Amino acid sequence: MRAAQSGDRAAYERLLREISPLIRALVRRHCSNRADIEEMVQDTLLTVHRVRHTYDPSRPFCPWLAAIAWRRSIDALRRRIRVSKHETREDGAYETFSDAAANSDLEGVRSAEEVQDLLQLLPPRQREALQALKLKEMTLAEASLASGQSVAALKVNTHRALKALRALIEGRKR
Amino acid sequence: MAAMQTDRVIESLAAQLQPVRRLRSPLLRALLWLAVVGLVGGVLIAREVGLGIFMQRMAMPRVAVENLATALTAVTAIIAAFELSVPGHSPRWAVLPVLPFLSWVLASGLGCLRNGLSLHGADGFAGDSPHCFAFIAGASVPLAAGLFWMLRRARPIAPLPVAVLGTLGVAASAAFMLQFFHPFDVTLIDLTLHLSAVALVMLIGTAWRRPLLAAH
Repeated sequence: MRAAQSGDRAAYERLLREISPLIRALVRRHCSNRADIEEMVQDTLLTVHRVRHTYDPSRPFCPWLAAIAWRRSIDALRRRIRVSKHETREDGAYETFSDAAANSDLEGVRSAEEVQDLLQLLPPRQREALQALKLKEMTLAEASLASGQSVAALKVNTHRALKALRALIEGRKR
Repeated sequence: MAAMQTDRVIESLAAQLQPVRRLRSPLLRALLWLAVVGLVGGVLIAREVGLGIFMQRMAMPRVAVENLATALTAVTAIIAAFELSVPGHSPRWAVLPVLPFLSWVLASGLGCLRNGLSLHGADGFAGDSPHCFAFIAGASVPLAAGLFWMLRRARPIAPLPVAVLGTLGVAASAAFMLQFFHPFDVTLIDLTLHLSAVALVMLIGTAWRRPLLAAH
């Protein structure tokens, strides 16, 4: 990590690959679903990247890493409980299909200006998630780094943004 | 499939790695904030009122304990907030300000008892207490701005305890500074308004913790 803080990319990639199984073991204590575990691992890696300047080489590395993994697991579980109380999970909602016709959510919207107008009506974090994943076609990792939102939060916010957009478009049709 | 995505995340993170400036020790940064606040506050107090009122009241043992406990609450809460802003530091830091805070409330409460639990201040109902409320709330704004500006450098992964302890430290610092302008003993209404101001500062700071502690 000391080398990574100095910008050594090879050392950093090696470190991230070596700590991934450890993070996986740590988050497995909180969750048994494989897809959810990988999502928590990715969120932890993104957080490690974001707060790598806080690691003090004079202190042991494992408690620092475990604290991040634990916090990200708890956040993911809380988010899942909160979401499951109000919403049905729809994994396909944040996918962008290569066939334009498949993305039929916005078919009722005639112009780019109209889409921009509708986007302005969304809450900032939902708009940010939708713009990054759908309009700029970023990967979840890239969008997470750019926005500071976790992978899970991006998925939830994209889902909510699409739902809100659908409602807005329906409202305009009437 | 998911593991492949994790591989891609690792490659992506490694590809965009930039050198970073390591964060200084949380204790050092906490002491820096306290030193700046002490220096600026000290200069302002010296220019406006001097030490007269404060030293006169410090001659009373109960008031001395109350003031010492207020200052200790500020110092310990600020240190705890900086420590908890960094991953891997013990969550037990959160209990550090509990004893000074309880001592502060107890010593103030004893003052109220001595004054016969009167709701009236020296100058009619509430007396100057609303000014005390305004002082604590108002002085907390610049103090909190500086504190959150420093705390957000750590990009805290658990902002709630950091915000709670940080705002407690800020409000206690403001309450300590108030003692230099506070010539009369504490009454029940006075104490209630002091604690309400502290609670308000903590409530606002905690409610806005995400934007206040979001990364630069």
